[in-house]
Amino acid sequence: MSAMWLGVIGTSAAAYALKMLGYSVPQKFLSHPRVQRTNALIPIVLLSALVAVQTFAVKSKLEIDHRALGIVVAAVALKFRAPFPVVVILAGLSSALVYHLR
Amino acid sequence: MRVVSATPKSTIRDSLSVSLTVGAYGIAFGAASVAAGFSVLQSCLLSLLTFSGASQFALVGVMSSGGTALAGIATASLLGFRNSLYGLRMSPILNTKGLKRLLAAQVTIDESTGVALSQEKHGPDAMRAGFWMTGIGVFLFWNLFTLAGAIGAKAMGNPASWGLDAAVPAAFLGLVWPRLTSPLNRVLAVSAMALALALTPLLPAGLPIIATAFLALAVGMKKP
Repeated sequence: MSAMWLGVIGTSAAAYALKMLGYSVPQKFLSHPRVQRTNALIPIVLLSALVAVQTFAVKSKLEIDHRALGIVVAAVALKFRAPFPVVVILAGLSSALVYHLR
Repeated sequence: MRVVSATPKSTIRDSLSVSLTVGAYGIAFGAASVAAGFSVLQSCLLSLLTFSGASQFALVGVMSSGGTALAGIATASLLGFRNSLYGLRMSPILNTKGLKRLLAAQVTIDESTGVALSQEKHGPDAMRAGFWMTGIGVFLFWNLFTLAGAIGAKAMGNPASWGLDAAVPAAFLGLVWPRLTSPLNRVLAVSAMALALALTPLLPAGLPIIATAFLALAVGMKKP
């Protein structure tokens, strides 16, 4: 089985198990304030890490290239409360522009 | 349909507008997934079976930057844990059994839970209606738009020449932005970026991302 298929099947199985978990355990299990608080912080660190790595990493090296402009444009668009699809398209367009000019 | 006619108009409107706007993000996922090297079929299966946007983006993000499938699954699952807490919240409200409960679990995501909880003022019937309409609505549009995005990216060819390689981190930024509501959250976000970049030359791809979960654990588990 290829790594891609392993990723698809493994992620899907785990995602469903996690969803079902909430319907299966007694209420008190996951309702501890520290569990709730940590859970609210996990998306913040993981998504931020993904932003950084996807923008500046090429395999295990760090590089500033066309993607950097894309992410700056995305941040500015978000600052001006642009809707999600607009943010993504503007980032893509500006990055592609630099990619072709270089 | 009885359920719909008894449901407040605002619940129906909220469910539909969330379904359509969130579902449209699927086009970004489909494109990102194909750009990361997944096939159109694999991209569509991820949307059908995983059906949790941030987890799906995380898997393709980690694997496209060279991470193993295991690193991708682990990152996606850390993000998917919040659906457990949503299930915990929705379980007594939905009070379903058998097949219906298995279906409820699959559509337990940010949006269905969010709309359901926002209908609290209209009573439990409206909460249930909001949950099901939003869950099923997002499911339909998310999957349709994933297919469209995947086919579109397939036709485009080289991801960098269309800016797709920058669109993916931009999508992550768009997902994290609304959560940066307090100074603590913003400090945490910047720290996670710095830590992940510092670890990138040292650890195999994917692990620098997972490692930042310890930042959340350290802050979240601390005595208030």
